[in-house]
Amino acid sequence: MDMILGHYNYWMVIIIMMAGFYTVISRGNLVKKIVGLNIFQVSVFLLYISIGNVKDGATPIIEKGVDLYSNPLPHVLILTAIVVGVATTALGLALVVRIKEAYGTIEEDDIHNQDQSL
Amino acid sequence: MIENHLSLLLVVLPLLAAPIVAVLPNGRLPWAVSTLVSWSVFYLAAWQLMNVNTGNVISYELGGWAPPWGIEYRIDAANALVALIVSGIAALTLPYALKSVIKEIPQQQHALFYAAFMLCLTGLLGIAQTGDIFNLFVFLEISSLSSYALISLGKKRQALTAAYQYLIMGTIGATFFIIGVGLLYAMTGTLNMADLAQRLPELYEHRTIHTAFAFIMVGFALKLALFPLHVWLPNAYTYAPTVVTIFLAATATKVAVYVMLRMVFTVFSFTFIESTPADELFLLLCVMGILGMSFYAIYQKDSKRLLAYSSVAQIGYMMLGIGLGSVLGATATLVHLFNHALMKGALFMAIGALVYRVGSSRLEHFSGLGKQMPWTFAAIVIGGLSLIGVPGTAGFISKWYLVLAAIEQQNWLIVGVILIGSLLAVIYVWKIVEVLYFKATGEMEQHNTAVKEAPLMMLIPMWVLVLANVYFGFNTELTVGTAQQAVQLLIPGVNK
Repeated sequence: MDMILGHYNYWMVIIIMMAGFYTVISRGNLVKKIVGLNIFQVSVFLLYISIGNVKDGATPIIEKGVDLYSNPLPHVLILTAIVVGVATTALGLALVVRIKEAYGTIEEDDIHNQDQSL
Repeated sequence: MIENHLSLLLVVLPLLAAPIVAVLPNGRLPWAVSTLVSWSVFYLAAWQLMNVNTGNVISYELGGWAPPWGIEYRIDAANALVALIVSGIAALTLPYALKSVIKEIPQQQHALFYAAFMLCLTGLLGIAQTGDIFNLFVFLEISSLSSYALISLGKKRQALTAAYQYLIMGTIGATFFIIGVGLLYAMTGTLNMADLAQRLPELYEHRTIHTAFAFIMVGFALKLALFPLHVWLPNAYTYAPTVVTIFLAATATKVAVYVMLRMVFTVFSFTFIESTPADELFLLLCVMGILGMSFYAIYQKDSKRLLAYSSVAQIGYMMLGIGLGSVLGATATLVHLFNHALMKGALFMAIGALVYRVGSSRLEHFSGLGKQMPWTFAAIVIGGLSLIGVPGTAGFISKWYLVLAAIEQQNWLIVGVILIGSLLAVIYVWKIVEVLYFKATGEMEQHNTAVKEAPLMMLIPMWVLVLANVYFGFNTELTVGTAQQAVQLLIPGVNK
């Protein structure tokens, strides 16, 4: 029981990670792939934030009478990763817009067929 | 003053140049500024290599924060060699780019193109320089994001899908990498590579470390296009603008191989790798990659795609050295990393010159061009010989060291694979040569008789690389000497 409840957030991370990863692989719609990629990345954000937690630790802001803080470093790291994720999503969506203009579709199979028939 | 900040300037210079180039008016100015920056960076990289080639290690603390808390740039011979390759190829690609970019990319995008190129250079140099594993991720994404944008600028619409495919796979790879980094941080509390190397040994039994290792390896195998995770590479190289193909083929995968070396030999140690199935797996995948991809290359009808498949096979050779896990193996990997950048750079530049004149990269459109473009043709022949590994070229040196590393471990299978791989290379190089020289210009290519030799601006960088291929086939002081120096620092505890 402790294995399940004690590591609750890690289980969630794994579930979200796999859900996102599966979406990327299985979906043929280019926008849905980007959504899946986003979900996949979000799971990593959660993983990092969970790592930073220190048991009974307070918010990492210096205060009198508190001497145990959570580790702020993973949070800072993940801020960077979030920015990277936003940039990736933006670029990915921009590419999808261009693909739609060039092919008239955003379904992977249709694009593949159009390229084959050339 | 400059010498103290050498390592940082190498990264900051192109980073600062990128926004400046982006706002410059379209025309020749963005090109001129980027070329100037790439030459200065090359100069700095050469200077840096001279400083560390004696066995020194430069440790640069960013913002004065001492490692392991602050970010540290830790430069030894391995970093410096990779930085030299990246900046050297950039310094040669940019002069070449002027004409090619005018032809292939719409005028209003030139400034942005060179800005993205500068960012890509920043990212690749950053990966080579940094000693901080999370910083490495950030630079990895800088270089990847800009290369997705660069690839999508290709003329054909397939360039868009190629870039998209690369974006999806590249992001999965990078995310795998940070999962691994996160797990390592959770176990050790440090992100500094040197510090990690010290803290990890006592945790080798721990399952989290094994998981982290697996995530990092798979992530980077995606990035360096190790067979069978290479699917993004042939499309990306085929449809990207010529200049981008040259630059990425000669640098991007090489930098990823360097990271693999650093991870396998410095951060984790080879004793750790041997306790996992990773080393056998690497060898197996490399063997399959070398043979399978060389076969694939033979049947390609597009010259860029042919060379792209050959690149995947060549990455197999580099990873062989890592999989063998010996001092000789790591040396061979580093030497081949350098030499392959030279030969693929030269070959893609020559193909680029043909594309510049003919407007297509399909082999059937090249027939008979060898006589009209003798210098380009000669470059392809010499570059091809180097790719095959004929004595007297740079390619021979790296294959020689690889074979030595395999013989050292009595691994005759690997020796055989290297030799068969070279024979297959003979076939696919011959395919290009045959079309260029021995095929008469067919009806469809009648206009080929009017084709002139490539412009001088393209021939000079091409021939610099071709001559470098020959030079490093005879003088191995820089390549093998530096690689041996690097391996000693790369693998702690190794002495001659």
